[in-house]
Amino acid sequence: MKLTHDQVTHVARLASLSLTPEEEAHFAEELSQILDYVENLNRLMLPPPGLHVGDGVSDPTPLHPDIPRPSVPVEEALSNAPDRSGQFFRVPRILEEGR
Amino acid sequence: MNPEFEMVVGLEVHTQLLTRSKLFCRCENRFGAPPNTLVCPVCLGHPGVLPVLNEEAVRLGIRLGLALGCTVHTRSVFDRKHYFYPDLPKGYQISQFTHPLLTGGSLSVRSGEGVREIRLHRIHMEEDAGKNLHAGIRDASHVDLNRAGVPLLEIVSEPDIRTPEEAVDYLKKLRQILRAIGISDGNMEEGSFRCDANVSLRRKGTSAFGTKVEIKNMNSFRFVQKALLHECDRQSALLARGERVVSETRLFDSSTGKTLSMRSKEEALDYRYFPEPDLPPLVLDPNWIAEERANLPELPQERVFKLSEELGIREEDAEALLLEEDLSRYFEEAREVVVRYAKEGGWPVELGTGRLVNFILSEVLREWNRKGARILSGELCPEEIAYLVAQVVEERISLNQAKEVYAMAVESLRSPKSVIKEHNLSQESGEEKLGEWIREVLAENPAEVQSYREGKERVFGFLVGQVMKKSGGKANPQKANLLLKDYLSR
Repeated sequence: MKLTHDQVTHVARLASLSLTPEEEAHFAEELSQILDYVENLNRLMLPPPGLHVGDGVSDPTPLHPDIPRPSVPVEEALSNAPDRSGQFFRVPRILEEGR
Repeated sequence: MNPEFEMVVGLEVHTQLLTRSKLFCRCENRFGAPPNTLVCPVCLGHPGVLPVLNEEAVRLGIRLGLALGCTVHTRSVFDRKHYFYPDLPKGYQISQFTHPLLTGGSLSVRSGEGVREIRLHRIHMEEDAGKNLHAGIRDASHVDLNRAGVPLLEIVSEPDIRTPEEAVDYLKKLRQILRAIGISDGNMEEGSFRCDANVSLRRKGTSAFGTKVEIKNMNSFRFVQKALLHECDRQSALLARGERVVSETRLFDSSTGKTLSMRSKEEALDYRYFPEPDLPPLVLDPNWIAEERANLPELPQERVFKLSEELGIREEDAEALLLEEDLSRYFEEAREVVVRYAKEGGWPVELGTGRLVNFILSEVLREWNRKGARILSGELCPEEIAYLVAQVVEERISLNQAKEVYAMAVESLRSPKSVIKEHNLSQESGEEKLGEWIREVLAENPAEVQSYREGKERVFGFLVGQVMKKSGGKANPQKANLLLKDYLSR
């Protein structure tokens, strides 16, 4: 399956990546190869994804009791942040879009 | 709006769950903590961590499903929903897509004089995102991840809603149920109960849907009503000009009462949903569901039936009373006092509770809508309203006088008792005083008395009016009526 140029730029936009024309061409090729490889799975007779439970593939999801445990200290939580301001993570300004 | 068109609305409600810990980790689920103090590697999205589902969140989901008549699926699946935003540390939200916990069910809402069933499409579990802060920060945004991973249920209705009033009633009824079964506090201002609306128009009598627009940021019932009305007008104007409605997300701006374009909508495809590989399917033991069904508390609709039967009031009145928790609490407290007055005064309790319900649903409800909860306490506390109602039942003042007293009391935030005193309001029911006024009126109007006695019964109304006038409005009309008839037949 050959990815079109538009599909590559669309995926790049969703991933917030800006690609050069050379990269676009490169990824169109590379992503297509990956998709072809994954396509092989379709030849296996697998149950539909998601509900394969009790068939030996996986057990039901475990549950945790609703009892809080201490969180990590705020200094530790922020220690890997590229930027911070007081106790907040600081990020480039985003427009008030909400979600 | 152009009467040729009909509004088609579907609502998506996100409600936070009253669990003690988060959905996939055991950080505390609590509003208002200092920023980034309720976080751990799981909800911060650090590599190598694994989510574990919160049992209580599942239990609350089952309860809601049972309360709304949904199918509770014994197998459901979590999916990853991908998008990039600073409040979403993992780059995806764990949600449910193809196999949600709950499907179907319905909620009945008031529609004009009648009732309509609004069908539910699905209810699924997902985690909340963190919070972005922008106000007062230059060239940057701040992120607090305390809310990231807080359990949510997203309740999606079918596009069955046709008016802004139905939408508001749907939300109020839903919130009432959430609170009744202890799932959520339903606080719109704090964001624990959030609503988005999908709105489209179509020509009346047609069944195909028009292009829909999603509206966000309506954080009060009043804003929902306003936003829907505005959006309806906007789309109807576009269609009338022969233009097309664009599928997009619009933000409600409460300062202008308008909706503003936000972004073109991403298609579900763009979220690149796929089953969450870190979470095997959720499998429920049917016994668990049965247990939750047995333990479900009384639902609002059952309380409506009970109250209406107990008080002998109309179902819609009982419903209106129970729908606003402030008012129903106010009613319950006032009712106890009315019962006391009834015992003391030796009159039937139902007489007082009936009057009380009517007074609260007309006078108090109106002022409460205008002025808020402050008219339910202090000088206007339940004891005071009960006193006012007892005055009416005991015929010391008329109902109209009571309404005036109440209006004055609200305006000046004084107790009804002091208003009655100051304006020397009391109703005269004593035969001695009434007889005095009647005798005077009869003496002053011999011609009218004559014609009444000759069979002109219409004159009676005139004579009653004269008696009322003479009493300065204080005569008890029923008593005056009876006594006047008595005098005229002598």
